[in-house]
Amino acid sequence: MAPSVMVSTRKGLFEVAKGSRGWTVRDAHFLGDNVTLSLHDPRDGTDYAALNHGHFGIKLHRRDKGRKGWKEITTPAYPRKPETLVDLDGWGKPVTWSTQLIWALETGGPAQRGTLWAGTMPGGLFRSIDRGETWELMESLWRHPARNKWLGGGADIPGIHSICVDPREPDTIRIAVSCGGVWVTKNAGESWVQSAHGMRFDNGPPEEAGNPDVQDPHMMVQCASDPSTFWVQHHCGIWKSLNDGVTWSEVKAKPSSFGFAVAVHPKDPDTAWFVPGIKDEKRIPVGGSLVVTRTTDGGKTFKSLSKGLPQKHAYDVVFRHGLAVDATGKRLVMGSTTGNLWISENGGDAWKLVSSNLPQVYAVRWA
Amino acid sequence: MATVHFTSNLRRHVDCPRVESTGGTVKSVLEGAFAANPQLRHYILDDQGALRKHMRILIDGEAISDRHHLSDIVKPTSQIWVMQALSGG
Repeated sequence: MAPSVMVSTRKGLFEVAKGSRGWTVRDAHFLGDNVTLSLHDPRDGTDYAALNHGHFGIKLHRRDKGRKGWKEITTPAYPRKPETLVDLDGWGKPVTWSTQLIWALETGGPAQRGTLWAGTMPGGLFRSIDRGETWELMESLWRHPARNKWLGGGADIPGIHSICVDPREPDTIRIAVSCGGVWVTKNAGESWVQSAHGMRFDNGPPEEAGNPDVQDPHMMVQCASDPSTFWVQHHCGIWKSLNDGVTWSEVKAKPSSFGFAVAVHPKDPDTAWFVPGIKDEKRIPVGGSLVVTRTTDGGKTFKSLSKGLPQKHAYDVVFRHGLAVDATGKRLVMGSTTGNLWISENGGDAWKLVSSNLPQVYAVRWA
Repeated sequence: MATVHFTSNLRRHVDCPRVESTGGTVKSVLEGAFAANPQLRHYILDDQGALRKHMRILIDGEAISDRHHLSDIVKPTSQIWVMQALSGG
């Protein structure tokens, strides 16, 4: 099948594909609606789209393989909160037991057809084993005492934005939480342990800087061919782990180590891409020049890739799900807050503008 | 029976024409509407069964006061409007 991209935006879901005139927007769905994330399931060809209707809540839609139309399916929902329970987040604010964003959506293992994982705000992880017809809250994580230390970062409330299902063992799952560190289960969600040791935040009490429970990993990815290698774009820099996330070490990049997105080469754990910005109170490209940084040596050095990207007065921000690499490791897609969409077919060496007038891009996914 | 009206904004997402429903409270009247149209529930109520933050329900022109348990009294002749604010750009 020819490669295509699903682009989730503030005003709809767009399908981008390559034809005789290059990469173009081929189709649009949910026009006018806020599509926050999508997922293509390679196991059965199903597509999923998460919508945020604001006043009407979060919804999930599914399109079966070969079908034109979408069908609304069940949205992960929280159980009734016990009336007497005092449940506060790390800021001391009451936690609302209601799905407020689907921030991560991933397939289970290759043999677990129909299994999906969904990470949400305010911090619940859900599993479906029937293609989203029903969802189960991972109670062991939700009721973990450390969850009450989690707190919102840029958003008001904490949330799970990264889910890595281990290619070696699909019952081993690692998630990243803003702000709540990295958590791992080795028994399909029955029990969880913290796994953000080595990450640090700036501008706080020194004795708390290394507390894993309040780290803010913006995005975490796992190398498909070398699954012990993880990369994290953290609020305070870039971290990597070579031992399944047991320990993490910091990596420095220029022009900046701040950003939201990260992608790792599926066949080369030493190659990863980031989209840097001025930290954290500004969040714009350094000098108004949009670049992608790439390391090919495990973070020892980084190269700034700018060919095809705007270098003057560019204020694009690429959100955490706004950068994706395909299974070949050659093709990358990147969408920005100002509605620009670029694709590279040579590992980021050069980028081609697909559109400069999409709505604000939240997420891109290869399909 | 009370009559429940929904706005065109909501009808864009869910097929929910005006319905007649019995019940002495907002909750029981809405349950009648949801029984005929289960998809409607989560457009109006959150996971805890409370009225969504930006939704509003009027009974004969008066906004309900109990947004959590939906216990406001409904008369058999009441006209109930399920409404919402709209925002965003």
